[in-house]
Amino acid sequence: MVVCALARRSFRRYFTLNLYMLASFATSVGRYVVLARSGFTSDEYTYFYYYSDAVLTICLYFALMGLYSLVFEELGAATYVRVFSMLLLAGTALFSYGVIHQLENRMVTLYVFEMSQNLYFVGLVLTYVLWGAVLKMRETRARVIQFVLSLGVYFSLYAANYALSNIYPNLGHIWTYLPPLISTFLPIAWCYAFLRFNEDARLVPARLAVIPR
Amino acid sequence: MMPAIILVVSLAALLQFFVSYCRSIIAASVKQPLSPEVQDVTGISRAASSQDFLRVVQLLQLCPARPQDRGEIRAIDAYFRLLSFLRSTLGRIVPALLSWTDVEQGQCAYFAAVTLERRIAFSRDLLAQQMST
Repeated sequence: MVVCALARRSFRRYFTLNLYMLASFATSVGRYVVLARSGFTSDEYTYFYYYSDAVLTICLYFALMGLYSLVFEELGAATYVRVFSMLLLAGTALFSYGVIHQLENRMVTLYVFEMSQNLYFVGLVLTYVLWGAVLKMRETRARVIQFVLSLGVYFSLYAANYALSNIYPNLGHIWTYLPPLISTFLPIAWCYAFLRFNEDARLVPARLAVIPR
Repeated sequence: MMPAIILVVSLAALLQFFVSYCRSIIAASVKQPLSPEVQDVTGISRAASSQDFLRVVQLLQLCPARPQDRGEIRAIDAYFRLLSFLRSTLGRIVPALLSWTDVEQGQCAYFAAVTLERRIAFSRDLLAQQMST
């Protein structure tokens, strides 16, 4: 995806999205190295997996805030968006700590898992609000619309997966293998957006809404 | 209780985002006119109907695939199946849904016809390249 962005000369414009993809690539390499050295069932791999997942979720959160800045750039509200996103991130981290703090077994990995899970749901809600803003403000840039919608699909799938894993914990083998499949969606969808649409391409967002406006 | 609420909210959001995402893919090709050749092959002159989709997809499978359009065809195929499911289940309770799904499925068929047009052009380019070497 980063190569597509560079080829289309859009790397700086969508910097936070590219930053997330670079972080994702670095994490995958790191996970492979730890897996090859320590093995799948080792503590090192478990810690590395969950910590890197939390870092990636935070990077994706910044990517979402980057999209907020793009949509609200004409209103000059980028600073407010940044402050609000920082407060929300801190709030989610504190809430996750509060949930884990009540448990007797206060594992750090459990905290990281809980925070990732909560951030996916917060991300879903924020993406939904952003999509509402896109419709309300009649944002017509096809790429931005594609980025927002694909991020919405991605967050929804992850949030549903986490919810299902809590409801049916005995089906752990399914909930372990689904996230890698889901995570392939975002790079494919963003590559498609870069390759299929140029910066000037426009769409009418009101025609894309499920309920016509 | 909380995971169940999160699940319901996530699935509702997923449905909305997925429908809008597929419509954004389709919207990019709706304005593209079909060549007379593709109109003859597909039988679609102006507006496509829901019955055309499966036939056009079969024609698509006969053409060499372009790497760029594999993902979008899969997404629209999934969208078409979702609409068929909605039609056969909720359509009986909400009759307005029948006409909406019909229009949407027609647009899926038109999108497939536009993709077929691109694949034919791609095949011709491939053939021309082979002939020239």
